[in-house]
Parts: sequence; C-alpha cells; structure tokens
Amino acid sequence: MRQYEVTFVVDPVLSGDEIKTAAKSYEDLLKNEGCSMVATDDLGLKSLAYPINKRNSGIYFTHEFTTETGAVVPKLELAMKRDERIMRFLTIKLDKHGVKYNDDKRSGKIGKKATHVSKLEKDAEKLVIKDDLTRLEGIGPKIAQLLITAGINSYEKVSQADSDKLKDILAKGGSAYLAHDPGSWPEQAKMAANKNWESLDALQEKLRGGKSEEE
Amino acid sequence: MASRDEIKFLSNPNLGSQRKKYCRFKKFGIRHIDYKDPDFLVQFLNAQGKLLPRRITGNSLKYQKKVAIAIKRARHLAILPYVTDLLK
Repeated sequence: MRQYEVTFVVDPVLSGDEIKTAAKSYEDLLKNEGCSMVATDDLGLKSLAYPINKRNSGIYFTHEFTTETGAVVPKLELAMKRDERIMRFLTIKLDKHGVKYNDDKRSGKIGKKATHVSKLEKDAEKLVIKDDLTRLEGIGPKIAQLLITAGINSYEKVSQADSDKLKDILAKGGSAYLAHDPGSWPEQAKMAANKNWESLDALQEKLRGGKSEEE
Repeated sequence: MASRDEIKFLSNPNLGSQRKKYCRFKKFGIRHIDYKDPDFLVQFLNAQGKLLPRRITGNSLKYQKKVAIAIKRARHLAILPYVTDLLK
C-alpha cells in the first residue's frame, strides 16, 4: 500500500463551480482507478511567488490517496498535463513520516496556534454584538470584548447583571482589569437600553472612568 | 597581582562567544518537512531566495538534503520564488 499526495494549482479565472468540478474530476479519476482517498484539502486562493501563464494567483488543492501500485500516477499526471485548467501539479510519494505528519496536521496536533485562533474567531462570530458597549463610560473596546465573550452583548444584559458579576468577568480577563470599577455600568446600561441618551450623557458628565465622583 | 574578580571589564567578556549551532530537526524531532509551508521554509533561504548553507543554518546533512528537496518542490508550485530580491 503506497500513499501519494498530489498538489495542483487551478486557474483562478474560472468560476467557483468550475474550480470545484476541476478538483472533483481528479478525485473521481482516482476513485475510478481503484484508489482510496485519504483526504482532500482546499488550500484556497494564494498569490503565486512568480507569474504562471500571466496569472498572479492560483487556487491550491491537495488530494491524498492510497493505492496498491503506482500505476495510477502516470495516468493522473497525463490528465493534468492535458488539462488547461491546471497550472501546476506535483505528485509525491509519502514516506511514513509524511503520512504521520499529514495525520497530525488534520487532527490539529501541528499548527495548533492557527486552529486555536480560528476557533476563537468562530466563538466571536456566534456572539453577535447587539449594542455598542463602549458607549458606556468605563467600558473600552477590550472590556467590551470581555463582556461579549461572557455572553453579555447588549445594554439590557449589562443592566441586568449586578456589579459583582461584572467584577468576576473582569477578574477572569486578567489582573489588568481589576482596576476598573463596574459599579455604575448597570445604571448607565439601563438608560442606554431605554435610549435615554440625554440623562446618560448627564450621568457620564459626573462619572470619571466609570466611577462616581466622591466629593 | 589583581585577582580576576577585581578586574573591571569595559564590556562583558562573554560577548562574542558564539552559541554552538545545532540541527533543529534532530533537536526537536521533526521528521517530515512540509513543502506547502513557506513560512517555515523561508528560514532556510537568504534574501535572494537561495538556499542557505549548512554552516549557517546548522542543519545535519540528512535534513539539509530534505530541506533542499522541500524548497525545490515549493518553488515548482510557485509557493516560493526561484529568484527574487528582498524575500526577508
């Protein structure tokens, strides 16, 4: 059993469907030849390091497959050579380390950082920002982000949360946020939720950094 | 005669003593070099996109050959340039 990996660059001028069918056609070709697909990877549109056929970018695909003999490889390469949609291709035989590397990469053991960041971004997408929390005195962009990740994404929710709960959220964000006093935030948020901007402005005049002036 | 402790140096006498180079593949157990990862491979190239010699990178012969193959594969797929200026 031999494992191969074919990477090819598809012409970006084609429409999205045509690109997908181009990638799919080689998957079908491999399957028809009795190969079992291990993985197909769409690496997306990348800019080329040097122009090929007057194109400056290309869409990269990787197909990984196992086959009993290497007989399919010349057929695959001939088909790609004749195909005008394919700008470049490269077939390599993977050794045991290469197979392990690709498995690890798919299961997220390699390049952990990248997947971690994308997961965070996904979480951020889930929590839709309903109101601009930075409108409240004492809340900056960073604290707003903290509150949103804690599930508080609207003025209404801030107004319902008591100051102890807000303090907890800030403490979890790190020691840098301990200096902030969320005492007045629910009150401010209540005004903002009722769209009572004038009294909010009047209140914020009195507040310095979210704290009520003690005089 | 003043003992060594009493001598005051104008600069740190340990400056300029180079740390021994090592093969990062052996040290960190990297067995496979991915030709699709330009950010990693660019460490073994100079600003013109040429391969750096082993005496600079410290790679062992076994892995220098693998690096060279991976970079040549990446060049073929236009992931890395053949020739350029100001790569880094």
